[in-house]
Formats: sequence, C-alpha cells, structure tokens
Amino acid sequence: MSGHHIMPFATNLKVFISLLVLTVLTVYTAKYVDLGGNWNLVLAMFIASIKGSLVLLWFMHLKGDSKTNQVVIGSTVIFLALLFGISIADLFYR
Amino acid sequence: MHKVDRRVEHSHHFTSMIQEHEAGKQGTWMFMATEVMMFGALFCGYFMYRFLYPDAYVVGGELLNWKLGAANTVVLLLSSFTMALAVRETQLGNNKKAFNMIIITTLCAAFFMVVKYFEYTGKIDVGLFPGKWAPTAEYMDKINAIVADKGLENFNIENLRLFLVVYFVMTGLHGIHILVGIGLMFWLMKRLKNNEFSKDYYTAVEGVGLYWHIVDLIWIYLFPLMYLM
Repeated sequence: MSGHHIMPFATNLKVFISLLVLTVLTVYTAKYVDLGGNWNLVLAMFIASIKGSLVLLWFMHLKGDSKTNQVVIGSTVIFLALLFGISIADLFYR
Repeated sequence: MHKVDRRVEHSHHFTSMIQEHEAGKQGTWMFMATEVMMFGALFCGYFMYRFLYPDAYVVGGELLNWKLGAANTVVLLLSSFTMALAVRETQLGNNKKAFNMIIITTLCAAFFMVVKYFEYTGKIDVGLFPGKWAPTAEYMDKINAIVADKGLENFNIENLRLFLVVYFVMTGLHGIHILVGIGLMFWLMKRLKNNEFSKDYYTAVEGVGLYWHIVDLIWIYLFPLMYLM
C-alpha cells in the first residue's frame, strides 16, 4: 500500500548503535569532564535531545510521516518551551 | 452480519484502509503529545527545585547507583530497537518474526522492572522514602560524608526529602508506563499469534510501538538528570 514507510534493517541498526554511543558519551562527560557551574547539566540535556530526536525521527518514523502528525509533535515542543520558559522566568524574576 | 476482516478491508465508517490507518495513528500521536506534556510538567518541577536546592540534588544523585541506571538505559534502548523491528516485520507481513521481536522487547521491559525493584527496595530499606521516614543512623553517616566531600554548605536533609519525592514520582510514573507497556505487548503477542495483521493492517503494532518509544524517550532524559547530575 502506498504511504507506508518501511525502514530498512540497516537504518534501525545504525540508529540503535548511535543511541548506545551517545549513552556512553553522556556517562563519560558527566563522570570525567567537569565543565563547572551548570554546564554539565546543559551538555547532558543537549546529548539527551540528540538521542530523543533520533528516536522521534527514525524509530517513531516522524521523518516522512504526515504533516498533521509533525504539527502535533511540533506544537507539543512549543507548549513545553512555554511551560518551561514562563515557570523558570517566574522563579528568577519574581 | 458481515464481520470485517481488517487485514484486507476497512471498517464501514472509513472510506479506505489508508484513511483508517492514518486516523488511528493520528490519535496515537495526540495521546503521545499528552504524555509529553504530563511528564513535561514533572521535568519542569525537577528543574525549578533543582535551581532552588542544588545541593540536595547533588547528594541525591550520588546516592543512586548510576551503573544500574546505565544498564537500564541500554536495556530500554535495545527494547526500542527490537520494537522498531517488530513494526517493520509486521509491515512486511511476517507476523511470526514480529512475535519474536515483541518477546525480546517484553523481556527487556521485565529486566528493567526487576532492576527498578532492587533499586527501590535498596532505598526504602535505609529509610530513603518521601514522607515521615528518615535515613537510618549509619546511612546518615554516608550522606554526611558525601556532603563533606563535595563541600555542600547549604545541604539540608529536608531538601533531600524533596529530591526523593521528585525521584520516586518521576521514575514511579515512568515505571507504571513500563508495566502498561508489558500488558500491551501481551495483547500484541496474542493478536500476532492469531495472525491478525497484514501488510495493509498493522495499526495496533505501530501504535504500541509509538507508545514504547515515548517511554524510552522519557527515560533518555530521566537517566542523566537522576543518576549523573
């Protein structure tokens, strides 16, 4: 049937291996690299977001999915940013 | 009355199999959006309290065993991989191969929960649990040693309790999702065994797959935040 995306085995495997490598990187940078301040936290969240994007785009087939589904998850990210932004602004500028 | 064989035909209230599939998948994506927002609020709470009481979070992270957390991360990533393969095999019409992939995914999920059980009981046994409980005297020595070693002048045991609330609520809600996922995978196994899916009809497998990947995605953030920071 047209419109169905079947991902090759090799692509699945590459995504899985990338996720494992990034997990090792997460542990290594957190345990053995001291960036000072909250920068380790920022780096860990940055790596986690790369991992999350890999899962969303490939394992969950968001890449190549319908525009509607992409808008659903895109708007979720926007609302999350609003939630975080306003809450943390309240904490620092009250 | 005609019973619809969904492997080859669509339900009567849809106009095509593609439309039925897309409608089901869109509903699942909507559900995933609500999942992200629910956990998002908890993550927001994590960060706000972390900025207010950073010392308690540093001690809390030291008290958790990061090796167990890392093992669970690898196991969940493997389960996401086998889940993606299960969806692929169903799309290709191989219900039997997909069944085997779901078995591996379920075993990974069970392994995750067993590790979680030992982590939770290990913490509860020494009094590390939110509420009226307090750490045992000998465990208090361990906490004080970490505080002295890291030079955390603003550490306060009450704030460690707050960390424990955040830890147990977030990983607990995540654990409930794993248990629900195991239930869903038994449902898939039954349907795959009965050969209920085809190249043109695999909505349920894909939907559970999306759910499982979101559960994995949430753990990708939980692991460094709880165990490493």
